[in-house]
Amino acid sequence: MSALHLKKGSTSHSAYNLRPTFSDVAERHTIAVLVENEPGVLARVIGLFSGRGYNIESLTVAEVDHTGHLSRITIVTTGTPQVIEQIKAQLGRIVSVRDVHDLTVEGRAVERELAMLKVVGAGDKRVEALRLADIFRANVVDSTLNSFVFEITGAPEKIDAFADLMRPLGLAEIARTGVAALLRGD
Amino acid sequence: MLNEKTHVANGAKQMTREMTGAKMVVQALKDQGVDTVFGYPGGAVLPIYDEIFLQNDIRHILVRHEQGAVHAAEGYARSTGKPGVVLVTSGPGATNAVTGLTDALLDSIPIVVLTGQVPTFMIGSDAFQEADTVGITRPCTKHNWLVKDTDRLAATIHEGFHVATSGRPGPVLIDIPKDVQFATGTYTGPKAITSHYQPRLKGDMEEITELVAAIEKAKRPVFYTGGGVINSGPGASQLLRELVDATGFPITSTLMGLGAYPASGKHWLGMLGMHGLYEANMAMHDCDLMINIGARFDDRITGRIDAFSPKSKKAHIDIDPSSINKVIRVDIPIVGDVGHVLEDILKIWKSRGRKTNAEAVAKWNAQIDEWRKVKCLTYKPSEKTIKPQYALERLEALTKGRDRYICTEVGQHQMWAAQFLGFEDPNRWMTSGGLGTMGYGFPASIGVQMAHPEALVINVAGEASWLMNMQEMGTAIQYRLPVKQFILNNERLGMVRQWQELLHGERYSQSWSEALPDFVKLAEAFGAKGILCKDPADLDDAIMEMLEYDGPVIFDCLVEKHENCFPMIPSGKAHNEMLLGDAETQGVIQAGGAVLV
Ligand SMILES: Cc1ncc(C[n+]2csc(CCOP(=O)(O)OP(=O)(O)O)c2C)c(N)n1
Ligand SMILES: [Mg+2]
Repeated sequence: MSALHLKKGSTSHSAYNLRPTFSDVAERHTIAVLVENEPGVLARVIGLFSGRGYNIESLTVAEVDHTGHLSRITIVTTGTPQVIEQIKAQLGRIVSVRDVHDLTVEGRAVERELAMLKVVGAGDKRVEALRLADIFRANVVDSTLNSFVFEITGAPEKIDAFADLMRPLGLAEIARTGVAALLRGD
Repeated sequence: MLNEKTHVANGAKQMTREMTGAKMVVQALKDQGVDTVFGYPGGAVLPIYDEIFLQNDIRHILVRHEQGAVHAAEGYARSTGKPGVVLVTSGPGATNAVTGLTDALLDSIPIVVLTGQVPTFMIGSDAFQEADTVGITRPCTKHNWLVKDTDRLAATIHEGFHVATSGRPGPVLIDIPKDVQFATGTYTGPKAITSHYQPRLKGDMEEITELVAAIEKAKRPVFYTGGGVINSGPGASQLLRELVDATGFPITSTLMGLGAYPASGKHWLGMLGMHGLYEANMAMHDCDLMINIGARFDDRITGRIDAFSPKSKKAHIDIDPSSINKVIRVDIPIVGDVGHVLEDILKIWKSRGRKTNAEAVAKWNAQIDEWRKVKCLTYKPSEKTIKPQYALERLEALTKGRDRYICTEVGQHQMWAAQFLGFEDPNRWMTSGGLGTMGYGFPASIGVQMAHPEALVINVAGEASWLMNMQEMGTAIQYRLPVKQFILNNERLGMVRQWQELLHGERYSQSWSEALPDFVKLAEAFGAKGILCKDPADLDDAIMEMLEYDGPVIFDCLVEKHENCFPMIPSGKAHNEMLLGDAETQGVIQAGGAVLV
């Protein structure tokens, strides 16, 4: 399972990592959930969040180990420390969940998101959009005489910044994948 | 029906062999040691019913409503410690099982529910009696499966039993399309299955040692135990008794945990919580060490969270990590099976010299004895009407020492039963705790009686709850199950009425039981015995008549209509703010508490 870059023995199934809970300050956490790739598993995870009133800021899922039938779900969520601990414990209870990793507390994680932005316009605005795209290392994946589709990857904040800049330049549509994340180092 | 082919190599029994899905179901149940299935047939399970017809090892109990089947399986499971098994059809059969599944989920009861489904090639077409059963039951099962391949069926059923009974137990559901039942596949035996689901049983030794150190020092300790002790098996109750008696610490229990420590035991405080005993709640409030064993700080127990046991160090033993620090922050969290952890606690405590702060604990027990003197269960006796508490005192006195199992419905009668009946052993008390399901008790009593044919099985009921699953009289009669339905008939939705008195200015909206049947005639219509009792002077004889009758009895006990159930911690109040019997009940629940249930 090393290909998944997950350390064994994480916070899942353990109540020992007792960070001070019961603080009222909401924190943002990125949680990686390794699940058996079986029908309904995503519904279980999402149902847990909706049923218990937890937030989902973003959620990505795809199979990561074909022979082992494992998928990795990356969830970005916010909540007080107590809620975050509950989310992890509740995820760990789901029978088809194999492992839960709180990337925010386990170490520094690399977070990346992919977005595509359609920018419609002509003249100076069009030139400016192209110039900014270059600065952000966004690629042009489609163009017509009065539109571009840019592809950009990066941390969510970078994509936010790029989208903010494109808005006055004719941003017409945006599609984002949500965050995928891995711990740094080995 | 298709022909089922069994290829038995060289005539020898093999772990794997070919058979139809329907036969696999029956084979898998046999291999799991199942002797009883509660169910109701329909189009989508006919192949399985055909296989049930063709064998004699598994007894099928035909209930009268699928909700009854699930509660009966719960009663079976809770009174035996073995998983209960249910078989129902698709669509309405499955949706009727939903309340029972939710009930079992909230009370952590191991049951395996098998549902028929429309054939795989019709799924999604809004076929006749199609429902998205796995979708509907996902939030109310511990896990569920839709089996689309006959080769996977036996393994899934075995995995289902494993999941239902391991870790924190709970209900599982396996949805089996009809074509999967007809098709032939390879049967896999239970031994060939390895599951990824392996909850941790042993507690962390460091945490356990910390708890032992706290036990040695504690001046005002209390054991607060719950259904987890019962679920861990009779061995866990035995270890609990040993620990309590050796330390001399007082012990209280939730509704779910009654019987783990005997009610006649020297250190028993009685039940705690909303309708718990004064001494139990006061001990919880004033203790300096709270040892939670297999309970979950439910809102019926804690009352106002920010005033809950403010001075105590708290330890929590639970097999489910999500129960720990969910509601109440604890100092010593121990994830593990109660039996395993208790064993380690005892081992370490003994090896360190069996120390307690005996002097301080004696003082604490003396304080508790002062609280006991309040006699919080006192009620005003009456010579004219039967007080519900009196009826239960007499039932207790006349059945004590018998091989007795008690079920209840939900309401005031349930709380009085918990207060006035004494439980000496685990697995003898079946009540809907977490979900509070009216209609639970009668079918549960049927499941208990099936498991214990010779025992005395009594369902302490309210008239309103009892009517919710009264169709199961047919089941009781058909299988000659001598279940005693002891109805405390106050002609009221008593618990609702009590809350309306406390919270809604005595406006008794819809809390009357109007148009009640004549329960004696109702019993007779089914072929059972009916007994009516309304005079306290006749009560003992009437109860004896019920006990001596060899068959099901409906006992219509007309009780005082306006009795309130005390003590009571009103919603939003702390443990030391409980109401006793003679308390003023007007306006005791304030705005903050009024939104709570
Ligand atoms: C299925 C269901 N519906 C509604 C309720 C709410 N409820 C709780 S107790 C109660 C009244 C029960 O009346 P009865 O069975 O006569 O018992 P009593 O309180 O009178 O002893 C009601 C309606 C419930 N617990 N379950
Ligand atoms: Mg009533």
